[in-house]
Amino acid sequence: MGESVHTVTTMPTARRPGCPFDPPAELLDARRHGPISRYTHPGGKPGWLITGYDLVRSILADPRFSSRKELMNVVDFELPPAPPGEFLLMDDPQHRRYRKPLMGRFTVRRMRLLTERIEQITADCLDAMAETGPPADLVTAFAKPIPTIVICEILGVPYEDRGSFQEQIDTFMGGETSDEELIAAYTATQEYLAELVAAKRAKPTDDVLSELTDTDLTDEELKGISLILLAAGFDTTANMLSLGTFALLRHPEQLAALRADPALTDGAVEELLRYLSVAKTFMRTALEDVEVGGQTIEAGTTVVLSYNTANRDPERFSDPHVLDLRRQSDGHLAFSHGIHQCLGQQLARVEMRVAFRALVDRFPTLRLAVPAEEVGLRPETADIYGVKSLPVTWDEERS
Amino acid sequence: MTTAFLRVDRELCIGAGMCALTAPEVFDQDPEDGRVLLLHAEPPTARRTAARMAAGACPSGAITLHETESDSSSS
Repeated sequence: MGESVHTVTTMPTARRPGCPFDPPAELLDARRHGPISRYTHPGGKPGWLITGYDLVRSILADPRFSSRKELMNVVDFELPPAPPGEFLLMDDPQHRRYRKPLMGRFTVRRMRLLTERIEQITADCLDAMAETGPPADLVTAFAKPIPTIVICEILGVPYEDRGSFQEQIDTFMGGETSDEELIAAYTATQEYLAELVAAKRAKPTDDVLSELTDTDLTDEELKGISLILLAAGFDTTANMLSLGTFALLRHPEQLAALRADPALTDGAVEELLRYLSVAKTFMRTALEDVEVGGQTIEAGTTVVLSYNTANRDPERFSDPHVLDLRRQSDGHLAFSHGIHQCLGQQLARVEMRVAFRALVDRFPTLRLAVPAEEVGLRPETADIYGVKSLPVTWDEERS
Repeated sequence: MTTAFLRVDRELCIGAGMCALTAPEVFDQDPEDGRVLLLHAEPPTARRTAARMAAGACPSGAITLHETESDSSSS
């Protein structure tokens, strides 16, 4: 038809001041022009940016699009394949080989059985916060420790190793570290996990990693799997908890509704997942020429899928930029779609339901301790969006 | 009046649990391998909306819902 296609030359690096929860203006603008835009990857390679819900979802379910790291055509040198076990960046059948032994460990039922334990962990964190505050940094007192303790217990990371472990993960997920620091943290984590795998093999304990030593997976593969589970298992949920609390504090009527009605909790979690979409973008590479939204994506071309604009697509969600805990948010793409959809999503749901519920019940007067503009946010370059710290305060109980 | 029956393909299932979350009366997950278990291949009318939502939510296309007119010669 010869209609012009919108072009996005660089990935936006900042959000609009005062709008920490909204996708960058350039991405929303791209979505307004249409669900697919031409895009130039940072290394100069031509690609596409997909911002519309329907197209993002259909590409995620389409086996003609690959997740393989070495096929990502974004820089002018060849990327190495994903290390053994890091199945996020693989296609089937390799991906399935790794995911399969894990699937039974993260079922809806199994995760619900953890509810009581997660309630206990959450109560301990909130007790400690009440004892030392007000004020408190909600990130260090609440958002980070809960998912860290939970995933470490599931995987089998000993209690005494958790602190250093969390620091390392913080370093390589924060998006603001030098290459040297990044490599040092990554190497330290790798070394630690290698030791842990060896320890579990020598003396199995009651945890997922020990169970996995009973399969045909090699130590190298177990190390890669552990890295993925730990990194995915707490940075994502931690940022949902802290950014989610920030969002609730900035929408007092929504917070009040949640506090007043426990039945709203499950829906609130889904809506926060949709509204915040902390895992912002993923990439896929076309294995053959594919027609998408009236354009031809040529074989070998890499597309960037924008989850946060997809979850704010007005054609899928009415008034998408409104946080409405009562809405039907199902179908959101916060956990992705297709064969790579989040393995730990049922765990994340239980953690968030328990943690948000306990927080709003325990601290009825919770509020920001600094002006909202002063809350430090992660840069857009970070894989997972969130706040760096969230200073909060509350009125002390008099009973 | 329509009838509905469900089919699941356990080879496609990735154990995400969306079906068991969305329609727990119709689907469960195998406690060992996490893959879909179909509890009601022909969901009663009251469960049909949930079954339809679960089929639509399945990330790997492992669930299909066939709905047919039961008392007409439509084809």
